Amino acid sequence: MTIKDAGSLTPFDSGVEYSAPARGPWNIVHVGTLVPESHQVFVCAQSCLRGVVLTAAEMNAMDRFSTIAIQERNILKGDMEKLIINGVTDILNKLPKLPRAVEVFSSCIHDFIGCDMEFVFGKLRREFPNVDFTDCYMTPILRKTKFTPDAKMRQQLYSLLKPVPLEEKMVNVVGNLEPFYEKCEILSMLEQGGWQLRDINYCGDYDEYQKMAASSVNIVTQSGTLSAGEALEQRLKQKLLYLPVSYRYEEIDGELKLAAEAMGLSLPDLQELKDRTDQALAHAAKVLAGMPVAIDFNATTRPLGLARLLISHGIRVITVYADSFGKEEEPDFYWLKEHAPELKISATVHGKMVVLPRNEAEQYGGRLLAIGQKAAYFTGTRHFLNMLENSGLHGYEGIIRLARWMEEEAVREQDVPSIIQVKGWGCCG
Amino acid sequence: MRQVSRVLSTYTADVSGVCSALYEMGGMVIMHDASGCNSTYNTHDEPRWYDMPSMVYVSGLSELEAVMGDDDKLLRDVERAAKELHPRFVAIAGTPIPMMMGTDFKGIARLLERRLGIPVFGFATNGTHSYVSGVGMALAQAAKKFCLPKEQLSGADGGQKPCVNLLGVTPLDFSVTGNVEALKEVFQSEGYQVKSCWAMGSDFEALIRAGEADVNVAVSVAGIETAIVLEEMYGTPWVLGLPVGPKLTRRVLEAMDLASATGKNQLPLALEIDGVAGKTERNHRQTYIIGEWVWAMALRCSLIAEYGYDRVSVICPLESEELFADRLLTGREERIPGVLDTAARAGAFLEDEDQIEERLKDAELVIADPIYRRALPKDRAVDFIEFPHEGYSGRIYRKDIPVFIGEQWNQWFESRE
Repeated sequence: MTIKDAGSLTPFDSGVEYSAPARGPWNIVHVGTLVPESHQVFVCAQSCLRGVVLTAAEMNAMDRFSTIAIQERNILKGDMEKLIINGVTDILNKLPKLPRAVEVFSSCIHDFIGCDMEFVFGKLRREFPNVDFTDCYMTPILRKTKFTPDAKMRQQLYSLLKPVPLEEKMVNVVGNLEPFYEKCEILSMLEQGGWQLRDINYCGDYDEYQKMAASSVNIVTQSGTLSAGEALEQRLKQKLLYLPVSYRYEEIDGELKLAAEAMGLSLPDLQELKDRTDQALAHAAKVLAGMPVAIDFNATTRPLGLARLLISHGIRVITVYADSFGKEEEPDFYWLKEHAPELKISATVHGKMVVLPRNEAEQYGGRLLAIGQKAAYFTGTRHFLNMLENSGLHGYEGIIRLARWMEEEAVREQDVPSIIQVKGWGCCG
Repeated sequence: MRQVSRVLSTYTADVSGVCSALYEMGGMVIMHDASGCNSTYNTHDEPRWYDMPSMVYVSGLSELEAVMGDDDKLLRDVERAAKELHPRFVAIAGTPIPMMMGTDFKGIARLLERRLGIPVFGFATNGTHSYVSGVGMALAQAAKKFCLPKEQLSGADGGQKPCVNLLGVTPLDFSVTGNVEALKEVFQSEGYQVKSCWAMGSDFEALIRAGEADVNVAVSVAGIETAIVLEEMYGTPWVLGLPVGPKLTRRVLEAMDLASATGKNQLPLALEIDGVAGKTERNHRQTYIIGEWVWAMALRCSLIAEYGYDRVSVICPLESEELFADRLLTGREERIPGVLDTAARAGAFLEDEDQIEERLKDAELVIADPIYRRALPKDRAVDFIEFPHEGYSGRIYRKDIPVFIGEQWNQWFESRE
C-alpha cells in the first residue's frame, strides 16, 4: 500500500506469517555471548533447541553452549525443576573449567507450567557459589507483548553486573550490538569532557564487563533497549540518558543538548554539523542521480525517519519494508503522508510475501539501492547497504557516514544471497 | 545425564519434518507456534527456501490466545490466507505450546475442511520428537488422502522390470547436493520406472498415481509409514533399503524383484552379505556409523560387503528403540520378518549424548556428521570421516555432503578412508 492509504502505525492485518531468508539480525544466542566468559544453557523442546544450537555451531561457540531437552514426560511428571538443576549441574561438572557466569534460558513451557525458577536458581547458586547465574528467556509467545523477548534479553545482558560504588566520568552505552561509529559527535563530546565510555562490545573478559557496574551514566539509543537502561537505573542507581537514533535535526539537537546538560559537556557547533550533513546528503543525491531506494526496519530503528530525511534531501525513496512502526515514528509517518503520499510501505511477514515477485530492481535496470537485508531480498537488487540496527551510527556524523555508504553501494554490486543468509551478521559474518 | 547435551547438536524436530515432507506438494503448511519454529525451519532445515517458494508459515500464536485456549484466530487467519492464496491443501502442525494447550488438531482440520472445501490436515506434532516422525506422518497422511483409488489407476505397463515409488525422500536426509537425482538414476539405469518420489522432484499428478507402482522402496525410516499406507491401499509390497555401493544396490534391486514377484516385503539390509574382501588392519577397526537408521545400515552393509569391515556398529540417535519397533510391528508380527533382530544386532538406538560418548569409547573409526567429532574419546586419536547430515548440522557443512548413492559412495569413501 502507499503511505497515504495507511490508516495507522500498524497498517497491516495480522495473520499467518512468512519468514524471509534475510538472517542478519542477531538472536538471543548471539546477544547472550556478549557476556565474556559466560556459558549458555538452553532448556527447551527439541524444536526450539534446533535453531539456537545451530546458531552456536555457526558462530563456533559450541564450547560456550549446552542444552537440556524437554520431553513430554517432564511436563506430565512435573519434574521440571529437578531436570534443570540436575542438568545444569551435570553440564558444569563436566566442563573443563567452570565459567564465570551461566545464562540459563527457560522457555514458554516453563511459564505455562509455573516452573519455580527461583528455587532452581537458589539451588544452583548454592551448589556453585563461584559462578554467577542469571535467568534468560526464550519465550517467543511474548513477542507481541509490550515487553518483547528481545528487549528482555538486552536487559538480562546486564543483569549480572554487581553493585559497586559509582565512578564519576564513567559512562556505559547499553543495549547496542555494535559500538558507536568512531566519529559520532557524542563520542567527541564525551572525550572532550573527560568521560570514559564502556561498552559490552569492547569487554574482553568478565572482570572488564563487571566494571560497567561502576559507571554513573548509561546511554541508551533505541526504544527497544530502554528497559535495559531502566532496570540498571533502578538496581545500580546509574543515571539513564535516552538518546535515540534519529534523523530529525531538531531531535538530534535536543539529544545533544540533553547529554551536554546531564554530563557537563560542551556542545559542538550544531549549525556546522547540520551544514555538513546537508552537504553529504546533497552529494549522495547527486551520485544516486534518481536511483530508487528501499529501506527496511532491520536496517534502522527509524525507517520512516530515514525515508523522510532522504526524501527531503532529494533522494528517491520508493518503498519502506516494515510490518509496523513505533510510536516515535509518528511525526515522520504524518509528514510522509503529506509530502510523499505515493511512498510504498510493504509488510515483510504477510502471507502474500511468499508469492509476490521479488524483482522490483529489474524495473530500474537493476539500479535500485536497498538499505537493509530484507529490502535487498524483496527488491531483488544487487546494490545493497548491509546495515543492521543502525550499525553504530548516531547523530549528524552518523548520517554523514550513512550518506557515504549509500554512495559506495550505489555503484557496487554484491552477492546478496550469500550475505543475507548469514545469521547474526557482525557476530558470525 | 539423559536429555543433556554439552557438546552435541539436535536433530530437526517433527514439526519441521512435516513442512519438509509437504514442501513441494502445492499446499499451505502452518506451524502453530509463536515464532522461532519458522525461522529455524527455513534457515537450518530447508535448503529450498531461498529459490523454491512454498507456502510455509507460522501462525504467530500469542500468549493471550494460548492462555485463553483461543483457536478462533488461527481458524480465521488460515481461512483468509487459504482463500487468498488458493493452496491445494492446508496442513497445520503443532509445537510445544499447542501441546500444552491441548489443541485439537483433528477438530480444527475438520472444521477448516468444511469451510474451505479443500483437504486439511491436522498434525499433532509437539516439537519433542525428531523429523523422522514428522516426515513419516505427513507423507503417510498425504498418501492416504490424495492417492487415487485403484479403479482410477492404469494397470501395469507390462514392462519387464517393476515400477517403483521412492518413499521418505526429503532434504533432511538427502540434501540438495545430487542424491535425489542419483537415487532415481540408479533405478532408471537398470530399467525400473520411477513412478514417484515422495516427496522431492515429483509433480503432484505423479504422487497421486503411486498406486500404479509394483513395489515401493522406503529409503529412510521416514518412508516406512507411507509404505504401510500404500500396502494397505493397494497391496503393494515394499522394500526397506537404500542403494549404497554396487553390492547393496544389486541386493536392493533383487529385493524389489522378489517383493514384486512374491508380494512379500523385503529387507536387503540384513547382516549376511557375501563377497567379503580380505582382512587388513584397516577393516578390522571398531567402526561406528552414526545417523539415520536406513542410511547407516546401508553404509554398514557396504563396509562389510565391499571393504571387508568386520566390526561395524550403527548408532541411531533419531528415535528410541521402542518407537522404531512400533513402526515395524503389526500387533506382535513384524512387517518384514527379522527386521528387529537385524536392528538389534547391527547396533543401538541411543538418543542421549552420554550414551553415545560411552559407546564410542572403543571406537577406532567413526563415520558421522562433523559435529559428532566432539563426542569422540579425548584420550586417544580416533579416525573420523565427516559425513554431514542436513537433518543434524543443517546448512553448515552442506557443500561437503557427498552423493552417496550407488557407486558414487565408493568413490567418496575411498577418497576419505
